[in-house]
Amino acid sequence: MTMTAGSNLEKILTSGQKAVTCECGPPRGADAEHFRHKASYLKGICEAVNITDNQTAVVRFCSMAASRIMMDLGMEPVMQMVTRDMNRIALQSNVLGAAALGIKNLLCLTGDHNSFGDHPQAKNVHDLDSIQLLHCIKTMRDDGKMISGTEVQGRPAMFIGAAANPFADPFEFRVVRMAKKIAAGAQFIQTQCIYDMDRFAQFMQMANDMGLTEKCYIMAGITPFKSVGMANYMKKFVPGLVVPDSYIQRLRGVPKDKQGAEGIKIAVEQIQQCLEMKGIAGIHLMAIEWEERAPEILKAAGLLPRPKVD
Amino acid sequence: MVVGESKPIAEILEMLKDCKKVVLAGCKGCVTVCNVGGEKEVGILASELRLARKAAGKELAVLEYTCERQCDPEYIEALDDLVKDADAVLSIACSVGPQYVAARYPYVPVFPGINTTFIGGAVEHGVWKEYCQACGNCILGDTGGLCPIARCAKTLLNGPCGGSSGGKCEVGKGAVDCVWHLIYERLKNLGQLKKLEEPMLYKNWATSRDGGPRTMIREELRK
Ligand code: SF4
Ligand code: SF4
Repeated sequence: MTMTAGSNLEKILTSGQKAVTCECGPPRGADAEHFRHKASYLKGICEAVNITDNQTAVVRFCSMAASRIMMDLGMEPVMQMVTRDMNRIALQSNVLGAAALGIKNLLCLTGDHNSFGDHPQAKNVHDLDSIQLLHCIKTMRDDGKMISGTEVQGRPAMFIGAAANPFADPFEFRVVRMAKKIAAGAQFIQTQCIYDMDRFAQFMQMANDMGLTEKCYIMAGITPFKSVGMANYMKKFVPGLVVPDSYIQRLRGVPKDKQGAEGIKIAVEQIQQCLEMKGIAGIHLMAIEWEERAPEILKAAGLLPRPKVD
Repeated sequence: MVVGESKPIAEILEMLKDCKKVVLAGCKGCVTVCNVGGEKEVGILASELRLARKAAGKELAVLEYTCERQCDPEYIEALDDLVKDADAVLSIACSVGPQYVAARYPYVPVFPGINTTFIGGAVEHGVWKEYCQACGNCILGDTGGLCPIARCAKTLLNGPCGGSSGGKCEVGKGAVDCVWHLIYERLKNLGQLKKLEEPMLYKNWATSRDGGPRTMIREELRK
């Protein structure tokens, strides 16, 4: 796979080493200091950090500003973009603006429906979907053309990513949909949080059989449980997520103050299992509002220190 | 057809609070079929309004009439005599009706008695669902005859998204079908799953309301 943006993430993945990305959500206010503080835990422990774009349809400060702040901290962002809130005019404008700011990794998502967020009365946009946004960015970068066909003055050099959820339905179609994303322009994929290892192994088998792991870097998404309460919540309320009962029992089996540690142990095991699977190019660690624990998880999983590339 | 639902009676009473005499106009089209604005509903609503206003000590005269259709200016004419000395018209046709009434009677206020909700149909007695958003460029031929524009919560052209679970949409707490799951199953039955392997690219929304309010002209019919 040829280099397109030359981001740190792209370089590590291209070198064949297992890559690590983390995640950091901007706050629900203009408090940049708070964001810098959370982000600082992730410095030096991963190639790049995903900056969420109003995740779960809750208003936060924008992913482009947060990406730039992250760069000022000497870290590399993966700027997330959802198609829920902006039409093709605004999306393309943001891609160009992000490139102008030096952002090199973009992740294209459709986004959670606005009815889940803090402004359920909002008008949603959905002019494009995630697959069309991937195609749009790739076309701007490689062909120098906007959706309209207008020439781009200065192509955005972007390493383009997408998400995949192996746990949504219909299962047989999940890998086909990932293939569509790859065909549309995705160079790397970060999966939804993996808890059902058997189903994920089956998904990866299909991806390998279809030759997708040759065309795209697939990073396994891991989210540590902070408590049995969180595990139950994810099982019951997060659409398209499968949480096996065995984990819930395991967490329940330890005293409350040890549940966090047990959750971390589970996450480390999951990372190791994923890394053993054929076709896994790296780990995407989403320690939600638990950034400070990310270093010990990655260390225990044998993923620290991070390799250097120039 | 166009599906509508009655506005709460309190909201209607508030709209009519300064009136002494109103024309309540129903329609024999779609709103009769979906039991919200036909002759029967005109009768019921008229009695409710009279009773409520009587109870409030401020009687309201309600002149009842159900038009052949309100989405056709020539059928609005039938209201001329009634409207003459009325304070307002309350229309319980789809929202085309009130606008034609407004156009015909420049000096008479008009109020909507129903909310026009969607283009759809009944799936069982008393249950209606949305089927079309009038995007102006129908793609049902590519999607197994099922509309993702109106029926996918995110208007995706490349679903089902990661929130699709057990055939249900992530929106609607398990009560709404994921239309992309239905499209998948249907194309599977038709032996056309290949259709879902290629990314479906950008839709031209200019034919939809995004291109501005729409006017359709068919010259051959104008002569
Ligand atoms: S594709 Fe457009 S015209 Fe066809 S059913 Fe859907 S919204 Fe209506
Ligand atoms: S679950 Fe299905 S219907 Fe709902 S938003 Fe996703 S693809 Fe659309």
